Amino acid sequence: MSFTSLSKLKAQLDNGETTAKELATRYLDRIAAHNDELNAFVDIDPAHVLEQAEASDAYRSKHEARALEGLPIAVKDIFCTQDGPTQCCSNILKDFHAPYDAHVITRLKEAGAVLVGKTNMDEFAMGSSTETSAFGPCRNPWDTDRIPGGSSGGSAAAVAAALTPAALGTDTGGSIRQPASVCGITGLKPTYGRVSRRGIIAFASSLDQAGPMTRTVRDAAMITAAIAGHDPMDSTSVMNAPQVDWLGACDKTNMKGLKIGKPKEYFVDGMDIEVRTCIEKALEKCKELGAEIVDISLPHTESAVAAYYVIAPSEASANLSRYDAVRFGHRCDEPEDLLDMYTRSRDEGFGAEVKRRILTGAFALSSGYYDAYYIKAQQVRTLIRKDFLDAFEKVDVIATPTSPIAAFRIGEKTDDPLTMYLSDIFTIAVNLAGLPGLSQPCGFAHDLPVGLQWITPAWCEDRLLSAASAYETATDWSNKTPATFGGNTGGAK
Amino acid sequence: MEIDVKKVAMLARIRLTDDEAGELGPQMNNIIGYVEQLASVNTDGVEPTAHPHDVALPQRIDVVTNTNRRESLQSCAPKIESGLYVVPKVIE
Repeated sequence: MSFTSLSKLKAQLDNGETTAKELATRYLDRIAAHNDELNAFVDIDPAHVLEQAEASDAYRSKHEARALEGLPIAVKDIFCTQDGPTQCCSNILKDFHAPYDAHVITRLKEAGAVLVGKTNMDEFAMGSSTETSAFGPCRNPWDTDRIPGGSSGGSAAAVAAALTPAALGTDTGGSIRQPASVCGITGLKPTYGRVSRRGIIAFASSLDQAGPMTRTVRDAAMITAAIAGHDPMDSTSVMNAPQVDWLGACDKTNMKGLKIGKPKEYFVDGMDIEVRTCIEKALEKCKELGAEIVDISLPHTESAVAAYYVIAPSEASANLSRYDAVRFGHRCDEPEDLLDMYTRSRDEGFGAEVKRRILTGAFALSSGYYDAYYIKAQQVRTLIRKDFLDAFEKVDVIATPTSPIAAFRIGEKTDDPLTMYLSDIFTIAVNLAGLPGLSQPCGFAHDLPVGLQWITPAWCEDRLLSAASAYETATDWSNKTPATFGGNTGGAK
Repeated sequence: MEIDVKKVAMLARIRLTDDEAGELGPQMNNIIGYVEQLASVNTDGVEPTAHPHDVALPQRIDVVTNTNRRESLQSCAPKIESGLYVVPKVIE
């Protein structure tokens, strides 16, 4: 019942089977029952959730229902909301209340959605496991000793355990797709510039993009349709972007004539053999559905992680310089002078991973190193973009594993930042190239969910949704839910 | 190459205790050591990426759109007085 897709809940609301208030109550009850175990939500205001639901029911009684009328949607703690705290899971933003709503929050409200609360994340979205959160680690509903992925781990865990039917995440290097993959749900990162970044706390401005985390492909399309579009207040939101028939794209049930690129660099030694088997089987299924599998090469894939770990920290070190203890955020007690105020407030407020990234970025941008690191990384980025352009001359869409491994154990990689960084190896290039990417469930490895990643050219999210919809219709993987939380499939435990 | 962590931390305006510096130093050397593989990629004549889609920065019409929201914007400041941000004394 709780593991129902957003589209089905919408149908139930539309035909009067349920009300927004009933839905809100049902999911609030599930949050109350299970959040302690998962730590997926970091802020919940039940009274305010019910207020929104009642307002939606009242609106429906007088007007035609809006696109997301009465549907509960959780958002990552990175989105500024006027209601409740926005803390980016960092001590430097402890108890921060944003003076305005992020553009996507305004869009969700305008579409009639009921915002359920803020979800856990890696501090400032810097991480792949939701272990660096100032509110403590989030846990994977398939095995609570394991990570839910990151940085949007709270959103992924909340959807996977049906504490909410859908959530918003952000994706800078895989932070929507990788947690979706390891929690067995669907996650979409739209084309860079498709969704406004205004009011989303900035990590790396040339890479960050918001998107949905849902049970089904159609649910992802519904939410993206509501949040996409030009925003004059965000200079990186692209004007006159090609339009997409979001929901129409999800009606596809076959892959006749579809050319799927299989990049050899994404099927390498060192990846989990069971993960690899899942992906190979998924591609076989695509063939049955009428697709042609074409071997391709993206030759600069190997350099993507290195380029990313120069570009993202560089942009982060510039973006996070705003936490100066003057206009907002944590200030240390009794600063001796201005320098003491800056340095001590930032030392106290930022966690270890955030400091590591700021320092890495400050180093890469510092005098004498800028050309060797930052400019070089941006040149390599150009080559990575060109790899994709060349590949899309030959194929319509690219299919890869989302992550080389299934969910690892909490604490397993925290001592070695570099190994943690390498877990993003299959998602990062998509951000560097500004392309859309989608991860959907495609099987299990060691009883843990595995994700299949689709990549298309910029602005071709419809092609992405069509391929994923056809695969979803032909298989049962998106219907698998963790038994420990009332679902239908036994997890690792 | 050995990174002077304390110097970089000062550039980034972050105080590091000796313990923190001792831990961060080797980790950063590892990370920078890893990204040094970029040097082996041939980028002769390759333009650095400035925007993933090569679009120019759009401009808005030059009209005032924001109203005076001093009070709400300052409500999240650590210390204000008479509508001004208060910081430790800068000029003696």
